[in-house]
Amino acid sequence: MTGRRTTAAAWVVAVAAALALFVSEDAYALRLGALLAMYIALASGWNIIGGMAGYPSFATAAFFGLGAYAGALVQLKGVPMPLAWLFGALVPGTLALVIGWVVLRLRGHYFAIASLAVAIVLRELATNWTGLTGGGMGLNLPVLQSSVIAQARLFYAAQAMLAAVGVGISSLVAYSRLGFALFCVRQNETAAGMLGLDARRVKAAAFALSAAIAGAAGAIHASSIFYIDPGDVFDVLLAVKPILMAMLGGAGTVGGPVVGAAVFFLLEQTVWATFLSVHSGVLGILVVALALFLPQGLLRWMYRGKVA
Amino acid sequence: MLGQVLLNGLLLGGLYACIAAGFSLVWGVLNVINLLHGTLVVLGGYLAWMAFHFLGLHPIVALPGVALLVGMFGACLQAGLLNRVVGSPVLVTLVITFGLDLLTRNALLLGFGADYRTIRLASTWGTAQLAGLNLPLDRALAASVALTMTAALYLLLRRSWLGRAIIAIRMDRDAAALMGVRVQRTFIAAFALSAALAGAAGAVLGLVFPISPLQSDSYLGIAFTVCVLGGLGSVVGAIAGGVALGLVDSLAGFAFGSENATIISCALLILLLALRPEGLFGRRGYA
Repeated sequence: MTGRRTTAAAWVVAVAAALALFVSEDAYALRLGALLAMYIALASGWNIIGGMAGYPSFATAAFFGLGAYAGALVQLKGVPMPLAWLFGALVPGTLALVIGWVVLRLRGHYFAIASLAVAIVLRELATNWTGLTGGGMGLNLPVLQSSVIAQARLFYAAQAMLAAVGVGISSLVAYSRLGFALFCVRQNETAAGMLGLDARRVKAAAFALSAAIAGAAGAIHASSIFYIDPGDVFDVLLAVKPILMAMLGGAGTVGGPVVGAAVFFLLEQTVWATFLSVHSGVLGILVVALALFLPQGLLRWMYRGKVA
Repeated sequence: MLGQVLLNGLLLGGLYACIAAGFSLVWGVLNVINLLHGTLVVLGGYLAWMAFHFLGLHPIVALPGVALLVGMFGACLQAGLLNRVVGSPVLVTLVITFGLDLLTRNALLLGFGADYRTIRLASTWGTAQLAGLNLPLDRALAASVALTMTAALYLLLRRSWLGRAIIAIRMDRDAAALMGVRVQRTFIAAFALSAALAGAAGAVLGLVFPISPLQSDSYLGIAFTVCVLGGLGSVVGAIAGGVALGLVDSLAGFAFGSENATIISCALLILLLALRPEGLFGRRGYA
């Protein structure tokens, strides 16, 4: 198996499958496709800060929810959807720059907890700021006047494009100066700093990119389900699943989050359909097995000894 | 009025300290953040509820049995799974304890449902008047039992051979191993102690609060915040942090309305992490 050719073939197959789904007439398949594309975007976005820089961020849920609320609120003011999605990326990206200045000074467990606390604060704010967000009652978005299948196709296309952008950004980052700097930070931040690397700036950039992708995913998701409430869009599982996906595929690689998201999504759907009442328990067993037996991810396991 | 708020905060703080002491022990000694901790507290609560419901035992009477059972559960987890990943990267240990939490929580949901269970004692003790303040006696009992158990952990760590071994591993694992400490066994003992304390805390909390699987997140959050407030890995820090968080919760609820108490304590958490990651009362390194 020659690595480069297989990789190229895999990307071609993935893109072909994505295009084939676009002309499908099956609304359920399109909805599932949109969800998978969303998770690919989230996992790829998390991977920039969590995989490449090695900062275990649990803030994905925070940025997803913030993007969902930001997009929904401007959409209710009459801003067209694509612009609302852009806004939904911009707000969390900016917040990540500000918050990152504080929390990115922490390392390891402390960073993980601080990033989780960001999500909790935002969730509580969304719940209690009833005047702006509708509080625990949630927020209704404008409903589209088009057929079910057309809507499913529209949101599938949007999430698939976001996934492509997310993977594109993460490969641009990986093969640029920024990516190199992030890998240095992951291996030894102190040493990187002594060589003149401004670790704080590259980490903030990675955090902001990751936040913007998660925010856009949240905004598109909000538009597609027409209703959001704090418990749903700030769900801690939204922070944990992208991490599991990226780890399953191989954190820190460009293809890893994509493969991991696809495999995890498939597993989850199967488990969900087969064991409804013990669904989270079975998921728990899978997660434990993953951490025990494949801590480096599927890709590194397949290519073990072949790529650095 | 302010005095009453402070008294409530103190009583809450005793319970918080007990929830956090075991969590802090595992974090400090094994360098594992145990995401299962909140669910262990809930498990203890359910065991106490069962003892009360089926055997008619008062939660304080059932407490040693509950602690023993949850502690044995913890020992099995550590011996079977967690000992393999001690020293792995942060994400691996977080993911594995998250998976175990999903599993245990699902089992609890299947066994008990999502309804709130309450332990309704035949005779409540009522409240005492103390210098013009209302002191609910069942809460006072719960808080003092919780503090007693936390103090017992402190004595165990200071005075017993096992405690010295645990602290030695925390200071320097390799050196401890060279001195004849069996590291893997001590890890099992430390995790079992932490789980037993969590279970006991659950039984005590059953006296005061309703029991539900949905509570486990908030218990885990309390354990986190107390550790950060008080500093990591020391029992004294857990007590100080617990009391501090209890007071903050109580005061924030009084000043800004109880719906905003979580925001205040989370914002405080982020601020503290940024300014003093070693904790208000902690030192860097061991304590």
